[in-house]
Amino acid sequence: MSAKKTERLLNLVICLLHTRRFLSVQEIRAAIPGYEQDTEDSFRRMFERDKEELRELGVPLETGTNSHAHDDEPGYRIARRDYELPPIALEPDEAAALGLAARLWQSAPLAGATGTALLKLRAAGVESVRAPAALEPRVGASEPAFESALRAVQDGRAVVFDYRASGVAAPQRRSVEPWGVVSWRGRWYLVGHDTDRGAERVFRLSRIVGTVQAVGEPGAVVPPEGVDLSAMAGRMATEEPRETARVSLRPGAGWELRREATAIADDQDRDGWTVVDIGFSDPERLADRVTGFGADAVVLSPPAAREAVVRRLRGLAS
Amino acid sequence: MSGAVGQLPRLLALVPYLLARPGVRLAEVAKDFGISEERLRKDLNLLWVCGLPGHGPGDLIDVEFEGDTVTLIEPAGVTRPLRLAVDEALALIVALRALAETPGLDERDAVDRALAKVEQAAGTAGAPATRVEISVEGEERVLPVVQSALEQHRRLHLSYYVPGRDETTERDVDPMRLLLVEGRSYLEAWCRRVEGVRLFRLDRVADVQLLDAPAEPPHDAAPRDLSQGLFRPGPDDLLVTLALRPGAAWVADYHPCESVSENADGSLTVRLRARDTGWLRRLALRLGDQGRVLAPGDLAEAVRADAARALAAYVD
Repeated sequence: MSAKKTERLLNLVICLLHTRRFLSVQEIRAAIPGYEQDTEDSFRRMFERDKEELRELGVPLETGTNSHAHDDEPGYRIARRDYELPPIALEPDEAAALGLAARLWQSAPLAGATGTALLKLRAAGVESVRAPAALEPRVGASEPAFESALRAVQDGRAVVFDYRASGVAAPQRRSVEPWGVVSWRGRWYLVGHDTDRGAERVFRLSRIVGTVQAVGEPGAVVPPEGVDLSAMAGRMATEEPRETARVSLRPGAGWELRREATAIADDQDRDGWTVVDIGFSDPERLADRVTGFGADAVVLSPPAAREAVVRRLRGLAS
Repeated sequence: MSGAVGQLPRLLALVPYLLARPGVRLAEVAKDFGISEERLRKDLNLLWVCGLPGHGPGDLIDVEFEGDTVTLIEPAGVTRPLRLAVDEALALIVALRALAETPGLDERDAVDRALAKVEQAAGTAGAPATRVEISVEGEERVLPVVQSALEQHRRLHLSYYVPGRDETTERDVDPMRLLLVEGRSYLEAWCRRVEGVRLFRLDRVADVQLLDAPAEPPHDAAPRDLSQGLFRPGPDDLLVTLALRPGAAWVADYHPCESVSENADGSLTVRLRARDTGWLRRLALRLGDQGRVLAPGDLAEAVRADAARALAAYVD
């Protein structure tokens, strides 16, 4: 933006904040340096572009007519209460916490918005306090679909996208009412209602081909009351234990399994080995976790879990 | 702070900023706004010619310089910053909530209070922030001890589980930073046993003790550059080629790969670097017939032998 244009827009904001009544386009033209020299047509085009730029910055331009005015053309003003950031005062430890939180988005698409937000808070009198350097929070968002998904969620719009599901070679088109985007264990997910399948679904953003396209009306998607987005994303990777498996572990092996065992006992058949009880619901997922320990872990029961492990091992040993 | 903020939003913030801080040093303003002092002077010169309609001497924004300080005399009605936009409110609120909900974090109380105030100030612009969540696993048991050690510059003793070897190791470490990255918490520390900087995932700490000895990481112990992600394979790590059938295709998503190519039958061939062959052998066992080590040959043979040994316990 040229300095001349910045000057004109700043004058426009000051003028419209100052006025109580709506100013007509001609009054604005007369008041703002930079508008007066052009022809009517080029002034109108310039004014339209200026209004657009101010709205993009979040300046609340109000349109209306004054009650006593007879001309049809609406005028403009900026209501101070809609424009101004309400008072905010932070204690030093709160300001440090804010500084810490702001570091989270470094190098992520929201880094720019974080910067302008902090600037506004500083302008409101919040002092910048150095956040402790020994604590470094960071979230990445390099998935190409991140920004389009975030936008759709913010706007409450239904989306379509091509999705490469796990274990399926070709991408498939999905139609989703997005309830939220969630980062869980460092990966972003889109959570929502899959309208073709008529069910809740969780999509990994990295499996979306390209970006998501917003197709629905803004504000049309409203997440159900009390929906827990992180829990929905977390359910993809964790499971409610419905059964108990018994796994025998060589001395010192399988700490990950020991720490979540519901019961621990000596193995009567293997000298020094330990039998742990592990909750699970899907034998395949249990086998995923146990097979990696190789000869140091043996599933004793149930048979379905034993078979799942044996099948993996046979596939490799042959 | 980002220097990429456009001039107009910067000026709209600069006026109330100066109004709140009479006699502020120019250098401090430039730093807070992430711009050079030269840029700042240009901004101030522009403010000088802006003001209320009429643009007479009493209508313009007025700024007074004294030495290297600046005072705003007349704000021309721009007394407060503009409200937070939706994405600005979202960026702050979502980040604060992520910290507020990290179990065991020392700063939670201050974060909670800051969050309440920012939400209040954001008003309706803050509403969409409820649709974005970042979950961080904090480890309530270990995290407070780690934060105490960092604060008091004291050494820690860790019983630390190393999954690649499936064993718990004992070591003294000099803490450097606590990282909340990729949804988990890590201690970055100088490990006195291996004499190097290491990351310790807090959920793998079996036991932690705060020692009386001071933490003394060497001066040249360099913190990790996080801009490329937490784990960057090194050129000395073993290059492994895997064939992945659809049931194992997730591996290509979860681990940084040097190359991924799709074969005619829908399977993937990936090349990745492994620091530790133990980790890779465990991964290969877990994948079963959905994954196969193509190279190096001795690793493929090791996996076959691991599987045969493990299978012996099931067939008698």
